Amino acid sequence: MSALATSNTKDHAATKSASPATLVRPNPWLAVSMLCWREIIRFFRQRNRVVGAIGQPVLFWLLFGAGFQRSFRVGESGETSFLAYYFPGTLMLILLFTAIFATISIIEDRREGLLQGVLIAPCPRWSMVLGKVLGGTLIALSQGLIFLALALVIQVSMSVAAALWLTVLMFVAGIALTSLGVVIAWRMDSTQGFHAIMSVVLLPMWLLSGAFFPVPALGASANWSEVALHWVMLLNPLTYSVAGARYLVGGVSGDMWSPAPALCWVVTCVFAIVMFGAAWWIAGRRTTGDAI
Amino acid sequence: MSAAVQLSNLTYRYGQRTALDQLSLEIQTGEMFVFLGPNGGGKTTLFRLLSTLLNLQEGEASLLGYDLRRDITEIRLRLGVVFQAPSLDKKLTVSENIRFQAALYGLGGATLKQREAEMLAQLGLADRARELVETLSGGLKRRVELAKGMIHHPQLLLLDEPSTGLDPGARVDLWQYLSRMRREFGVTVVLTTHLLEEADKADRIAILNRGKLVALDTPDALRATVGGDSITIETEDPVRLSGELQAQLGLAANVVDGRLRLEQASGHEWIARIVEAFPGRIASITLGKPTLEDVFIEKTGHRFWQAEETAP
Repeated sequence: MSALATSNTKDHAATKSASPATLVRPNPWLAVSMLCWREIIRFFRQRNRVVGAIGQPVLFWLLFGAGFQRSFRVGESGETSFLAYYFPGTLMLILLFTAIFATISIIEDRREGLLQGVLIAPCPRWSMVLGKVLGGTLIALSQGLIFLALALVIQVSMSVAAALWLTVLMFVAGIALTSLGVVIAWRMDSTQGFHAIMSVVLLPMWLLSGAFFPVPALGASANWSEVALHWVMLLNPLTYSVAGARYLVGGVSGDMWSPAPALCWVVTCVFAIVMFGAAWWIAGRRTTGDAI
Repeated sequence: MSAAVQLSNLTYRYGQRTALDQLSLEIQTGEMFVFLGPNGGGKTTLFRLLSTLLNLQEGEASLLGYDLRRDITEIRLRLGVVFQAPSLDKKLTVSENIRFQAALYGLGGATLKQREAEMLAQLGLADRARELVETLSGGLKRRVELAKGMIHHPQLLLLDEPSTGLDPGARVDLWQYLSRMRREFGVTVVLTTHLLEEADKADRIAILNRGKLVALDTPDALRATVGGDSITIETEDPVRLSGELQAQLGLAANVVDGRLRLEQASGHEWIARIVEAFPGRIASITLGKPTLEDVFIEKTGHRFWQAEETAP
C-alpha cells in the first residue's frame, strides 16, 4: 500500500507534467501497429479461437469433399473433383470465419469498457479502424496460409507465383471481410445479434459465392430460378474473390461459368475499399452508444 | 490561474429526458473537484461530455482553455480519463495494457520505456508488470487504470466513480495517489462520486441533482450553509409533529425517512425545549454536526439515497 505514496518520483519530476514543450503528438501509425498487434496477441492467447477458425472449414472441406465426390459434376466434362472445386471456397470460409470472429471482439470491447478508452484517444479514428482491420486480416491470412499448406500436401498443386498471388488476394479479401465485420459489429450491443447476422447474411453470402456450387450459366435452357441465382451470385462481391482464388489454384474448367480474372481482382479490391470506407465512416460518428 | 474547466449553460438531453440542465461552473487549475450526486443526477452524462465521448448539444464548455466543440484533439492530448467500467484488456499483461494505451497517445521508443517504468513505480505495479490483468484484484486493476490514464502526463485527470469496487485500503491508496499528482505535478483532478465521505476530501464540491447544479462550495462552507447543529427526532407521527414544531416553536423541520430533521444553531438548547414542549411524544432525539447528507437534504428537499430511487 505504501508503494503508492512513497515511491520515488524523480523521473516524473524531471519531465514535469505535460507542458506544451514536452507534449507528445499522436502518431497514427504507432496506433495502427499497436491495435493490430493487440488483435494478434489476443487471438493466439485464446486457443479455442485458433482451433475454431480453421478446424470447422477443414472439417467441412474433407466431409463435403468425400460426400459429394460421386454426385458432383461441373459442366459436361466433369473432370473437376469436388474436393478441388471446394478448395477456394473453403479458403474464403476460413477468411470469413476468422475475420468475423476477430471483429466480434469490438462488441466485447465495448461492453467491457476498453473501447471507450480507445475512442477518447487523440489518434485519428481511421487509425483505430485500420489497426483493427489489419489485425483481423493478418490473423485471417495466417489461418488461410496454414490451410493452403495443408492442402498442398494433400491434394492441390500450384506454382509459387500463383501461391504468392493467392496470398495477396487473401489479404485484400481479408480487408474486405474484416471491414464488413467492423461495420456489422460497431453498432451491435450483443454477440447474439452478431450470430444472427452470421446465419442470415454472412453464411448465405458465402454459400452464394460459388464457393459451394458454381454460378449457373445463363443458357437457353436456364429456368427462372437459375436466372435469379445467377444474378444474385453475380451481385455478390465474394463471388469474385472465390473465382479469383479458383483461377489461381487451377480449379476453373473450361465449361464452368466464371467472371473474368481481371474482373475478380477489380471487384475484390473495390469491395475492400468500400467496406473499409464504410467501417471508417461508421466508427467516426460519436453517439450515445459509445458510452456504456 | 486560469480555469481548467469552464462550463456555461451546458444542457444535454436523451430524447425527452433532460440529463443536464443549464449547468455553469468553473474548476480552477490544480483543484481537487468532486461532482456529487445520486445516480441519475446527471454526473455520468457530464463525465461523458467532458471525456469527449459525447458531442455537446447546448451550451459551451472548455477544458484547459480549449473549446470542447472545436479543439477536441488538443483536449484529448492533455486529458487523462479513468472510466468507471474497467477499460483494461484482460488478455494482456499489465505492461502490455500500458503500452497499448501509450501507443494511442503517440508514445513509443525510449520515452515509452521511461514513462512505463515511472508509472509502474508510482503505482506500485513494478512486480506485476508481466501478469495478465485478468489475474489481478480489483484494487490492482484500478491502479493499472490509473497508470493508463496518467501515462501521457495529462494536465487534467477525470475519474468516474473511482472508488467503486475498491476495499477501504485501496481507496486510501487511490486518494493518496491523486493528492500526490495534484501536489507534485499540478494535475487538476475532477471526479464524480456518490459517496458522501469521499466528497469530503475534495477542495470543492458541486452537488448535481436531476441535472441541475444545486450547490457549489468547499465541504466546510457547504456544511456551514446548513447552519448550527443537526437535530433528528423519532416520533409516532412525524408529519403532525412537524406542523406543531412550526406552529409552537417556529422551527422548520423536514420529514425524512419517517423521522424529523432540522438544522438549528445551539441545538442542545433546542433539544431541551422540544422535549419539554411535547412530553411523551418524542421517542428519541439526537444532536449532531451537519454532514454533507444534511447539505444534500437542505438543497434538494429529499434524502440522498431517496433521490436515487426516484430518479428517472
